[in-house]
Amino acid sequence: MSRPLRFKIVVVGASWGGIDAATRIFSALPNNFPVPIVLVQHQRAAERNRLANLFVSKTSLKVVAPEHGAELEPGGLFVAPPGYHCLVEKGGSLALALYRPVHYCRPAIDELFFSAGHIYGRGVMAVLLTGANEDGAAGMQYIKQRGGMTVAQDPADSESPIMPQSAIDAGGVDEVLPLAEIASFISDQVFGQLEQ
Amino acid sequence: MSSEIEITDDDVSLEEIEIRLLLEAIYSMYGYDFRSYSKASIRRRILHRMSACGADSIMDMTARVLRDRPFFVELLNDLTVNVTEMYRDPMFYRRFREEVVPVLKTFPFIKVWHAGCSTGEEIYSMAVLLEEEGLYERTMMYATDIDKNVLATAKKGIYSIAAIKQYSDNYHQAGGRGSLSDYYTCKYESVIMDQRLKRNIVFADHDLATDQVFGEMNVIVCRNVLIYFDLQLQQRVFQLFRDSLDLGGFLCLGTKESLKFSNPDHGFEPVDAEMKIYRRKQVKL
Repeated sequence: MSRPLRFKIVVVGASWGGIDAATRIFSALPNNFPVPIVLVQHQRAAERNRLANLFVSKTSLKVVAPEHGAELEPGGLFVAPPGYHCLVEKGGSLALALYRPVHYCRPAIDELFFSAGHIYGRGVMAVLLTGANEDGAAGMQYIKQRGGMTVAQDPADSESPIMPQSAIDAGGVDEVLPLAEIASFISDQVFGQLEQ
Repeated sequence: MSSEIEITDDDVSLEEIEIRLLLEAIYSMYGYDFRSYSKASIRRRILHRMSACGADSIMDMTARVLRDRPFFVELLNDLTVNVTEMYRDPMFYRRFREEVVPVLKTFPFIKVWHAGCSTGEEIYSMAVLLEEEGLYERTMMYATDIDKNVLATAKKGIYSIAAIKQYSDNYHQAGGRGSLSDYYTCKYESVIMDQRLKRNIVFADHDLATDQVFGEMNVIVCRNVLIYFDLQLQQRVFQLFRDSLDLGGFLCLGTKESLKFSNPDHGFEPVDAEMKIYRRKQVKL
């Protein structure tokens, strides 16, 4: 019997320029990806499920526009719906909530990251991509403090460097990688690392 | 790469205990029961309040809650999440008009329960809709919320003028027949809802976590409330709604809420799956 995988979930945060960057990563991940992925991409509240629909044709992951209580499944790409904070709940489901915006954003990356770090500790892989505000920096730091692994897109390689740079400055980033290397890094780590 | 863990699982468990004690203190002291609320989101709201108020720890907040009522009222406002707007999700109101109103028109008398009405924007939205459909005269509306402070606002029907443009757009997208300004007057920086809209509305405090059925309803509107409850409480509330609804009565949830995770065998049929309008199945003998 082999030991279980270390990572239980991948959480991804993205803002300005994030849709292209996220698409590039998700299109390179295989459909047998062994853990769920949850994405918070800043967007306008009026967009409903447009973002989830956009990914469907671009990835072999199973794209889900989750409702409150949706169960996280391996190989699923859960796209946080616009207008709601999206959090990981104990037991492996998603909770949606309408409390006030954080960093002017709802969904906010920090809310997803803080909840995932809380539940899964060192079983979290967090990825922060291009963006023009500071959302995600505190959440990355928390996940790192909980023993999880944090990856930021190289600011020099980001359409907007502010978001990954803020996380780096806050000291919450383990790996800084150009976009082209992120998908294979995630794959190698998630498939390759076993529970201690 | 450092693999040092600074916040351990023990720290996390301790935080969970502190949150449980805080909620227990609130319940014992003030009677508001948040003990069965969804853990993930109540934790975040408590931590946001903690950083906003400068408390050192959750225990510190607990001590203050017990002695400082204004502090509690502020926290209560975070815990109850009073985010609402007129015609929030306009498509819901449009579909309600198209799919529910024709059925309601066949009823001699209509009872609508708006559970978790918060500051009341959505109850006035529904009142205007029913007025425009010629149903208001034979409707009784029950607007309830756990939080007496927001109910007081709902009863007044006075809102900031800042959001009215958005509400007006929502009203039109929702299929409004006239102009939203037909139903309010402006004064200073506020709009005051037409007070006649209140003639068939009863405002009352009601806690879905602890209170019981109070009448037989034809429509229950409870949108974006169940998302704050844990699974067990969701099931309790759902049972409460089923017991409160006439056969063939309508249940309207938030667009991201679903019966399928909490109640797979719910005995309701979807009227509009996208806008989460359900109808209680009629029993066939």
